[in-house]
Amino acid sequence: MFVYTIRRIIQTIPVMIGVSLVVFLMMHLIPGDPAQIIAGEAAQEEQVEQTRERLGLNEPLPVQYATFVGNAVQGDLGNSIRSGRSVTSLIGDRFWITVELAFYSTLLSIFIGLIAGIISATRRNSFLDMSLMIIALFGLSMPNFWLGLILIQYLALNIGWLPVSGWGTPQQILLPVITLGTAGAAIIARMTRSSMLEVIHQDYIRTARAKGVKERYVVYKHALRNALIPVVTVVGLQFGVLLGGAVLTETVFAINGLGRLVVEAINQRDFPVVQGSVLVLSLLFVLVNFLVDISYRILNKRIELD
Amino acid sequence: MEETVNVSTQEKKRVSPQLENLKNVWRKLRSNYLAMAGGILIIFFIITSFAGPWIVQNDPLAPNVADRLQGPSAEYWFGTDHHGRDIFARIIHGMSITLYIGFTSVFIGMIFGVFFGVISGYYGKKIDAVIMRVMDVLLAFPGILLALGIVAVLGGSINNVIIAISIFSIPVFARIVRGSTLGVRQLEYIDAVRALGASDTRIIFLHILPNIMSPIIVQATLRIATAVLTAAGLSFLGLGAQPPDPEWGAMLAAGRDYMWEYPHITLFPGLAIVAVVLAFNLFGDGVRDALDPKLKT
Amino acid sequence: MENENMESNESIIKVDNLQTSFFTHKGEIKAVDGVHFDVPAGKTLGIVGESGSGKSITSLSIMRLIDDPGRIKGGEIIFKGENLLEKSEAEMRSIRGNKISMIFQEPMTSLNPVYTIGDQIAEAYQIHEGTSKKEGLRKAVDMLKLVGIPSPERRVKAYPHELSGGMRQRAMIAIALACDPELLVADEPTTALDVTIQAQILRLISRLQDELGMSMMLITHDLGVVAETCDYVAVMYAGKIVEYADVYTLFSNPKHPYTVGLLKSLPRHDIDQDELEVIQGMVPRPDNLPEGCRFAPRCPFARDMCHERLPDLEDLEGGNQVRCWIHTDQWDGPEVNVKDDYGSAQSSTS
Repeated sequence: MFVYTIRRIIQTIPVMIGVSLVVFLMMHLIPGDPAQIIAGEAAQEEQVEQTRERLGLNEPLPVQYATFVGNAVQGDLGNSIRSGRSVTSLIGDRFWITVELAFYSTLLSIFIGLIAGIISATRRNSFLDMSLMIIALFGLSMPNFWLGLILIQYLALNIGWLPVSGWGTPQQILLPVITLGTAGAAIIARMTRSSMLEVIHQDYIRTARAKGVKERYVVYKHALRNALIPVVTVVGLQFGVLLGGAVLTETVFAINGLGRLVVEAINQRDFPVVQGSVLVLSLLFVLVNFLVDISYRILNKRIELD
Repeated sequence: MEETVNVSTQEKKRVSPQLENLKNVWRKLRSNYLAMAGGILIIFFIITSFAGPWIVQNDPLAPNVADRLQGPSAEYWFGTDHHGRDIFARIIHGMSITLYIGFTSVFIGMIFGVFFGVISGYYGKKIDAVIMRVMDVLLAFPGILLALGIVAVLGGSINNVIIAISIFSIPVFARIVRGSTLGVRQLEYIDAVRALGASDTRIIFLHILPNIMSPIIVQATLRIATAVLTAAGLSFLGLGAQPPDPEWGAMLAAGRDYMWEYPHITLFPGLAIVAVVLAFNLFGDGVRDALDPKLKT
Repeated sequence: MENENMESNESIIKVDNLQTSFFTHKGEIKAVDGVHFDVPAGKTLGIVGESGSGKSITSLSIMRLIDDPGRIKGGEIIFKGENLLEKSEAEMRSIRGNKISMIFQEPMTSLNPVYTIGDQIAEAYQIHEGTSKKEGLRKAVDMLKLVGIPSPERRVKAYPHELSGGMRQRAMIAIALACDPELLVADEPTTALDVTIQAQILRLISRLQDELGMSMMLITHDLGVVAETCDYVAVMYAGKIVEYADVYTLFSNPKHPYTVGLLKSLPRHDIDQDELEVIQGMVPRPDNLPEGCRFAPRCPFARDMCHERLPDLEDLEGGNQVRCWIHTDQWDGPEVNVKDDYGSAQSSTS
């Protein structure tokens, strides 16, 4: 396990380098002169030159990249073009809001998804199973930003005590979390169901029955634990989709998270902020995937052999 | 009694195995009502996207201040928006934008993804390591964020959305194709064909690709659903189709300011997105079950 | 005490006209079609047949572990005087793993990968004897010792993937025998194992059977295994029993052409053989059974009557029960000695 953890850490390094390289290159792929972009459309030749000099934009690209990574590691992601504030401090305020949103949404999708998946699998082909799976299919097919709008229109406005925007109080958290967690819940429900149905036909389930184990324990003790192993991977992947989806959910509910920051920055062509936010969100996803892989290992005792 | 039952010389009809297989898939697909419903909806949407603009009378782009923000009626089935434009007409005209983005972006992503995946799986070693690391990097950007970043660089337009979603789809195809290629490559007949002196290109096109079509088709169908959702999301954020294009995501964004009093303005474009995505998901699930029940996505 | 002798002649389990079918979209598939046999207390009954003969379904029917779309359609399974087919599911559960235990063919997949061997043995005690988990684990160590697993204190904490196939099968046996069952149903317990391990496991099962005084049903396709372990043999073919006899009678004086065919295909060490004889053709698929005797299409002696009518299982003088027209008054062909004439009959038809 220790060896695996080390090996897995080493594997993430090239991915992190790649991510930082892509984010770094963003600035240079934008049509036009990066120095001009940073200095602003209206900047004079002189100002542009100064900017170029200050940010080292006249250095060869590899040197610039090295500087970029060096600064990033020290927590310096440059300054916002619009406000002049450091990108790190802009992100810092909002980072935890997005993490909270993604975390609660993941919890909700796991909770709902597991329950629905298990119910469906144990009552296979029943009316309840069919209904749940059709609801899941809808959940999967719904754009989360539209679901958010609908929830605001039909719930928040009618119920009154549910605020339509912001973040912090439990009431404020509820609707965005439902909005963002629904698709994940649908995917986890479908995955849990199919995984359970596959496991329930395994030989060791027959062994448990032959031992006289009660059907309830056959399902919850012998089958579920094995069925959850592939679900863990889906939860990890889903977390990434969720981080991306946070961009839309935060926009709908006017939540001052990292996702909304990205959108605002793109609209204002504030590229250092875009770069910094995308980098932070991606590294967060890499970290979560790493943790998921480790827990997958712990759950799935079998792979340790090879 | 001279009659003996001879089991071994039973005559078997000679039908090409591919055709037999295809018939089998069709039989399974046809018995799956949900999948057939999805397939029929897709065909209906495609026809609508071509024929709809000719049938719908109201102009999707012409403002009509006198009729602004009207609820659904006999004249305006889905009501009108804040410029007085017919929402039903806009949705029908928007169908072609949505399907165009969905099909082209997935097609482009599939071509590149299959190319990289086959190369990776077939040649292995260094080239595999390099390609797969690049794909890992692309997959490290969570969800819509990669497409968002690409559109940020290229600027918001329908074609840039297509490029963004294509790139966003490449690693998904590449990974699946690489895995399947590895599986097929190990089969003995590939060695046999190679021993006969077949070129790599010939082996890839004649012997590997036909054997890995199932997962590619399944993935492509389901991927269109994702592509439609992503494109709508980008347009909703103002980074895709630009007003006054009747793109559904953009319509939702524009309608947000009015939705408090006029819920129909955001209801119908959203339902349209759900209908298209649902159709592709239904059909994709069915195709997966018919082609290979063991496939999971 | 006085009837100790009598008891040894009584059957622990008596199966009567057992019918188990699978209901698919193609219609009913009769996997087990009117099977009768009994297992005398303390003895071993071997059920022999090729794959597809219904022998495994028979054993799962006794445990009442037939999954959808299968169903036990009729018949009786009398275990110690009570019909198992009339028991409630809860009553059945208290019998499974307690009074009747089962071991399966695939030791690699029959143990739950996410629990330790100890947990899985202890579970049997927890269910049937209400012991605590701690006590169950202590008893599990004793069981592992009994089935000959080295350093049981350590292995009790091992996960299935950490054990070899033979060791896993020993662990399976430990689970099955934990609650001291009266009947052990072993479904191809050695088929998936290496040849050398097979013999060890068979010897272990036989030894434990003697020590614990169990009755046993051994399901196998391997007549060699039967010869070594069984007291009685039932030969199954396409869902029906075609011959039943004690093991000596069956090997020395087989009456059914199928049994003779199976015996002929067995490699022998006592005589020189140039080649093994095999039975021509294949077992019919249960969804496409021939009319009449189900073995008729492959039988070298088959006549019109065999293709038309199904014979009953009849008692013969030598102690065999046989399902074959040859041994009835109605046989309309020339006199046949199945055992001696089989070879020549086969070469003349093929």
